[in-house]
Amino acid sequence: MLRIQQPDLEALRRHGEETYPHECCGVLLGRLEGGARRVRSVERCGNTRSDSPRNRYNIDPKELIRIQREARERGEDVVGFYHSHPDHLARWSQTDLAEAHWIGCSYVITAVEGGRAGGTNSFELAGQSEEDKRFVDEEIEVVGAASIESR
Amino acid sequence: MKIHIPTPLRLYADKKDTVEVPGKTVAEGLANLTAHYSDLRRHLYTDEGKLRAFVNIYLNDEDIRYLQQENTPVKEGDSLSIVPSIAGGEA
Repeated sequence: MLRIQQPDLEALRRHGEETYPHECCGVLLGRLEGGARRVRSVERCGNTRSDSPRNRYNIDPKELIRIQREARERGEDVVGFYHSHPDHLARWSQTDLAEAHWIGCSYVITAVEGGRAGGTNSFELAGQSEEDKRFVDEEIEVVGAASIESR
Repeated sequence: MKIHIPTPLRLYADKKDTVEVPGKTVAEGLANLTAHYSDLRRHLYTDEGKLRAFVNIYLNDEDIRYLQQENTPVKEGDSLSIVPSIAGGEA
């Protein structure tokens, strides 16, 4: 399960609207709370896939290193990542799975239709290794509000 | 040198997020790391002994691919970051 406050959820959805028709991307920072990944902050990142930003994203590892360093100072850690799918479903693609390597983290995807954020879904990258990794649907619990259903 | 371990690999490093290892080069540091935490090896390297393509190694803020790769010398106080790629896309 991913636990997130409404403003943080809205922030990552809004990011996708701002970068439309390109994919947006960013990092979710927080802590593990029991079996849930609790998001405490959201950091926008640049999409380095300037060759194909409408259907691809990539976060510069150098940017992640800076974000992680700053997060450590706040007592936070990487709990997941988010990106958007312009005019496409809020579901993971084969490319998303092939290029996901942070086992144990949440991957959040927002569908952005015609510039407006639609559904947002979260998937845990489960498994023990590259050979058996898989995405598993997970609930997004919005802290302080009812959970949202998968759309 | 200090090596920062990413979240998905901490399980194989006694749940540590940072490990201190000796070494004069990146190769020596990684070799010492995987000698101590042998389970890490298969997650970082292919069967042919090459770093997996999605494993990015940064010496401080520099990608070792643009330095001397695993032969890059390491000074006291330097840190290595192991950063699996974060990428994907709808198609």
